[in-house]
Amino acid sequence: MPVDPQRKRKIRLVVALGVAVLLAVALIYTSFSASTEAKEPSELLNAAPGTSAELTGTVVNGSIKRDGNGIAFRVVDRDGKGKSLPVTYEGTVPDPFRGGREIVLTGTVEGAGFVGEPETLITKCPSKFTTKSDV
Amino acid sequence: MSSLGSALLGLAFLAAVAAGAIALAGRNGDERRLRLSRRVAYAFCGLLTACVVIIELAFARNDFSFNIVAQHSSIETPAGYKLAAMWSSQEGSLLLWAWVLSIASSAALYATRNKLRELVPWATGVLMGVAAFFTGLMLFAPDVDPFAKLDPAPADGIGLNPLLQHPSMMIHPPMLYSGYVAFTVPFAFAIGALVTRRIDAEWIRATRRFALIAWTFLGFGLLLGARWSYTELGWGGYWAWDPVENAALMPWLLGTAFLHSIMVQEKRGMLKVWNASLIVGTFSMALLGTFLVRSGVLQSIHAFGDNTVGPYILGLIAVVLVGSTALIVSRLGELRSDKRIDSLASRESIFLVNNLLLVGMTAVIFWGTFFPLISELFTGHKASLAAPWFDRYTTPLAIGLVLFTGVGPLLAWRRVSWESARRVFRVPLAVAAVVALALAFFTDAAENPWALALFAFAAFALTGLAQEFWSGAQARRQLSGEPGARALVGLVSRNRRRYGGYIVHVGVIVLLIGIAASSSFQTNRDVELRPGESTTVDGRTITYVKPTVAVDEEKFTFGSLLRVEEGGALVGFLRPSRRFFRPTGQEAGLISTYFAGEATSEVGLRAGLGHDLWIAEQPNVQDVQRGVRLADQKFKACVRGAPGTPEQCKALKALMHAAAANPSLRAQALGPISQAQALAAKRVANTFLTTNASSTFKVIVNPLVTWMWIGGLIALAGALIGLWPSRGRRRGALVRTEADARKEAKYREIRDAELDHATGKLSDEDFALVDAELRREAIEILGRESGAGSENGNGNGNGAHPREPEKLEQG
Repeated sequence: MPVDPQRKRKIRLVVALGVAVLLAVALIYTSFSASTEAKEPSELLNAAPGTSAELTGTVVNGSIKRDGNGIAFRVVDRDGKGKSLPVTYEGTVPDPFRGGREIVLTGTVEGAGFVGEPETLITKCPSKFTTKSDV
Repeated sequence: MSSLGSALLGLAFLAAVAAGAIALAGRNGDERRLRLSRRVAYAFCGLLTACVVIIELAFARNDFSFNIVAQHSSIETPAGYKLAAMWSSQEGSLLLWAWVLSIASSAALYATRNKLRELVPWATGVLMGVAAFFTGLMLFAPDVDPFAKLDPAPADGIGLNPLLQHPSMMIHPPMLYSGYVAFTVPFAFAIGALVTRRIDAEWIRATRRFALIAWTFLGFGLLLGARWSYTELGWGGYWAWDPVENAALMPWLLGTAFLHSIMVQEKRGMLKVWNASLIVGTFSMALLGTFLVRSGVLQSIHAFGDNTVGPYILGLIAVVLVGSTALIVSRLGELRSDKRIDSLASRESIFLVNNLLLVGMTAVIFWGTFFPLISELFTGHKASLAAPWFDRYTTPLAIGLVLFTGVGPLLAWRRVSWESARRVFRVPLAVAAVVALALAFFTDAAENPWALALFAFAAFALTGLAQEFWSGAQARRQLSGEPGARALVGLVSRNRRRYGGYIVHVGVIVLLIGIAASSSFQTNRDVELRPGESTTVDGRTITYVKPTVAVDEEKFTFGSLLRVEEGGALVGFLRPSRRFFRPTGQEAGLISTYFAGEATSEVGLRAGLGHDLWIAEQPNVQDVQRGVRLADQKFKACVRGAPGTPEQCKALKALMHAAAANPSLRAQALGPISQAQALAAKRVANTFLTTNASSTFKVIVNPLVTWMWIGGLIALAGALIGLWPSRGRRRGALVRTEADARKEAKYREIRDAELDHATGKLSDEDFALVDAELRREAIEILGRESGAGSENGNGNGNGAHPREPEKLEQG
């Protein structure tokens, strides 16, 4: 059965647009449900246990301690103010990790502290990356 | 020297503005003005080159009166890294951007000096506008002047961050920047084409090479970054969906789409709006990448600290997007396609599908990268998306890409008949089915259906490509009588663009196989071991034989010797270690400074075609640190002159007093002090050997990951083959006019059709139809030319004699 080429093109266009819309809806839906909220220590200090979040903040200088197979350290808000939050993390840490660095860590609030999920610790690189105030 | 540099930079800015203005003033074809603007653009390039040379000389001479040198280099920084330190700084990287752009612009203006008369003035305007923008940033924005002075000059600089002291630092950033920057050229010519309404394929033909160069640089830069991350950063991965990585991947994906869809415009006069939009998108993405590292809006491991230039670049992106969109919309009438897609089963429609997949992938990555901002807008909270979210979308899209990458080359342009389709698809489909079944039955690939699908499609695509080479060489051999290998070489070198592209396909597919295998079937374990203990990971027994220590002035290195055995047989030894750097510029002082700086991992890597064994170590240095604290306390006590200090200590104290009283003795006093310190540091560090301290080892067994790097190199080789100038060009036909280019393109099309026919992709009837049409078009071009004389007024006679289309059999 011959199909009018004009109509065929229209159908193709509709199909293509439909796929695009589907992809967009899926993107929007999954991204809002899969994302974890970024929070600073001051927002998590009084959070209910079991709250999961993406912790962002600065590692307190001299607070890093080894703890069995993992490490324990404290994190403060990026502006350096407020109380610090104790954090534990299992496993190896990335190279740039140390006191005074900004980190991003996914995990949950347990008790009075924050427990990071393995493999989720991200440390911001310095240097290429250096600020003048950092020196 | 730095004032000379500032002056040259100021002149460069004026030159960029002047070159753009003169070109625009000559937009009505004023030959003299165009020539002048070209020369001023060359001068701009020369001036920026001088600026770069001055900065690099300052690095080489340790001239710390340059702020940039003092901040990013030091006397001890190795020579190679001194040269690379320029682009580790914000201002230096901007200079690199502008400099590469000046080179690319000069090359583009030189290459088009005899053609595209109407278009070139506008393209020059855009190129020089962007160049003036970046040069102006360095002159007028705060804190990014590469020639900023320090007075008084410090005795030593801060040094390059140890994390950046990796051979990749010398090539990875320049490669990425060159990639970003070179996309400016096709963008500028696209704008020129839109403004002057010359929207045929001429601008594409003139800048295709630049797009391919940009694509190659960007791709190679990405690959180097992945390799760097894998071998150096101690986390074992090569890709983290970090915003800045994504920012470099997005223009590369759009650039890939662009390189394919321009072929459709060249051959069929279709997709004009699409191509113009793609190059605008690609260039905007390149700017966005430049912006992201300087803005601080997103959390990323790559970020310059200062945020001074971000808003300016954002402004430029806005201007580019708004201006280009308005321009494209106002030209929609002229951008209508010359022809329609004849059939869904044709190469152009597969190109379109692959384009959509690539753009879809870019859209996903864009959404994910900027999701923190989007979510803040809607929910008031910054929330970000992790790797699993990205993988969920990019995996199926990448698999689709591999499938259509396999289908595309097997189809001819325009139309495909049933029998020819059956003929060319038979073998690849059979191989794909066999590979899929074999993998499903004999390996555990079936556990991951996505990976299995990718392997099967990859087998299909690779077989299809092999068949392309095989039947092409066969056809050539029959016509020319050359032996097989010579026929293959001849085939590739006569059709560089096509077969170079196929080789890139092979490389990218091999790379994707490496990614799929290593990400789906990796074993990743963290184990804590003491000397003498061993563990078994994925059938490999790893024994911590003994700890190792090395001490020098700038770092402590704590490591281990590991024995690896497989099935009871010794495979080899690995020596992972972790280095603790002192912050630079601290000579004598407390030993604890060794733990105050950066720490980096030296990975123990046993690479193999089948598996990589990758081990990083995090030694427990608590005991050492305790010893360091004790030693430092002793040193302080000694300096304070506590009772009961030994002779040696008294002598040291006397020296320090003398130095305090008389600064000229300082240097003399420093020697023995640091000697004593070095001795103490060594003694303390060596306790690591005896305290039986444990270390945490991250052990990764990564299947097929080596093929990622091999695939990348294959793709690079293919791109270089595609870029290599054809024989005609090398033979001195450097001056090519538009008419020449158009003729050559048509001849190439005829040759392509012949090749498709010879390799069985076009049936006899289809070929007869297509060939007749193409020849009619070729004759039309020739007729137009002889009728109008040489339309571009080139007096060199180069384009006057029509050449016969070169046939397959002509060497």
